[in-house]
Amino acid sequence: MLSANSRTAKELIFAGFWYVVLSLFALVLALPLVWLLSTSLKTGGQTFLMPPKWIPDPFVWSNYPEAFRAVAFHEYFWNTIRIVIFATIGAMLTASLAAFAFARLRFPFRETLFILVLSTIMLPSIVTLIPTFIVFRTLGWIDTFLPLIVPLWFGGGAFNIFLFRQFFMTIPLELDEAARIDGASNLRIYWGVILPLSKPVLATIAVFAFIHNWNDFFEPLIYLQSPENWTMAIGLRGFRGLYHTEWNLMMAASTAMIAPLLVLFFFAQRYFVSGIQMSGLAGR
Amino acid sequence: MGIQEVPAAKMKKRRTLLWSEARDGYLFILPWVFGFIIFTAGPMLASLYISFTRWEIVTPSVWVGGAQYVKLFNDDRFWLSLYNTSYYVFVGVPLHLFFALLAALAVNMNLRGIHLFRTAYYVPSLTPVVANSILWVWIFHPEWGLANAFLQWIGLEGLYWLQDPRLAKPALIVMSFWSIGGQMVILLAGLKGIPMELYEAAAIDGANWWSRFWRVTLPLLTPALFFNLIIAIIGAFQVFTQAYIMTEGGPNYSTLFYLLYLFRAAFENFRMGYASAMAWVLFIIVLTFTALQFMLSDRWVFYEGDVRR
Repeated sequence: MLSANSRTAKELIFAGFWYVVLSLFALVLALPLVWLLSTSLKTGGQTFLMPPKWIPDPFVWSNYPEAFRAVAFHEYFWNTIRIVIFATIGAMLTASLAAFAFARLRFPFRETLFILVLSTIMLPSIVTLIPTFIVFRTLGWIDTFLPLIVPLWFGGGAFNIFLFRQFFMTIPLELDEAARIDGASNLRIYWGVILPLSKPVLATIAVFAFIHNWNDFFEPLIYLQSPENWTMAIGLRGFRGLYHTEWNLMMAASTAMIAPLLVLFFFAQRYFVSGIQMSGLAGR
Repeated sequence: MGIQEVPAAKMKKRRTLLWSEARDGYLFILPWVFGFIIFTAGPMLASLYISFTRWEIVTPSVWVGGAQYVKLFNDDRFWLSLYNTSYYVFVGVPLHLFFALLAALAVNMNLRGIHLFRTAYYVPSLTPVVANSILWVWIFHPEWGLANAFLQWIGLEGLYWLQDPRLAKPALIVMSFWSIGGQMVILLAGLKGIPMELYEAAAIDGANWWSRFWRVTLPLLTPALFFNLIIAIIGAFQVFTQAYIMTEGGPNYSTLFYLLYLFRAAFENFRMGYASAMAWVLFIIVLTFTALQFMLSDRWVFYEGDVRR
């Protein structure tokens, strides 16, 4: 047996060893972001140094206003926000309605239909892309936000239905029964009993909808053509086309696209984590 | 309550209640049902139909039978894009999952301040793929990039990461390791879900760290690993943005991925029939792999409550 003292010493060495390993790994993962930030504050000439200088000299803060003047990032920002708001409202309403039915109402073929919902998560979206594009084109919706918003008013995405259902299952059924005895309709139970208890999952879905729309590249690329309709992701791609050798400006623009996500993450961390963890439950 | 006779009136009441419940159930899922028909089932069938036609949008579509598929299977570029994508999937996804597992195990340790490391490992996976792509073009810059600065610092020659056809795909895979955070968090949730009693029981039986990992941790983590694997493979088959922004499919078509080739056929050349045939071939491939994984999952995925024979 080890004495108490040597045991603590052993634990200390053990912990120390792991702190070193964990920190080294964290450093490797942090370097690209530090490099991004450092480049975004350099003069044009300083970006072309080998070996690179990590600390800009001087700090060129004006790279940021210059990048924003070069392309209309404020317009892209508001376009993205508008798409997020309208898409998210639709997704929340229709996904939570469907999830309420799947979690708390009994009807024939409920399980079969829910399996159908789950299986669409695994469907590669490419197989529906071309006809969907042609339908939107026929409707004259190309170069509008509608193709990015309207589909979410029809079920709100299978994954969101799954998340809502997962959460609704944790709410005791007795609440519904008590409300039903008081004469409440199912719609009333959904709106007055279940939704007010579901703020955490609503927040999770709002956060994820924001990230999705902020990051989505493929759909806006296909549907949005004129620059005044671009989202942040498409705008950044356009920026690269114009300033492909000015790495300091390009890194400033990229930082501007990453920063809001980091801010959101630090304010809404627990909704991120709960959303991702719930997605892991799909494996069970 | 024992078995009682239900009065006829009560029976009737219950039946109407159930009927109204079923009616509301269907009403509530109606938006999804419409969405499924308009945006999933309908377009799927339509794209199958379009794949049997020649159609350049501006000209009327012409039924050509299986001609698009014949053309596809004789198209070297198609096979090349399938090869490139398979490389990305079957080299990239297992490595990505392996590193995510290592990270999850590391940040599951019972150390003070471990949540700071969790955050640090997770944050890079938040970067939008467009910003990520632009950042990594700069990191992989042959003259002034961070990757070659590192290689030279440890005394090696710099590489033409994105300009060398042999290196472009591995470079994109290396870049993907930067965002293991999302998978790490899912696996971490799986690790947290393993009951402590199992470890305690294993410790009483004298199991060391290694056998606890092999006999307890890994088997109970297989559902989370399985889920990650399925979703990652489906996602990796549709890799697009990195190649579109960073390499434009080059050099020498070495990063011409399936979706990029399909995108060009559909939205640059407007060959809707050809692109639809490509979409259906990819759909069949992904479906086959997913079905295969579900079939093989019996052999290695362990669900709690399963009785081991």
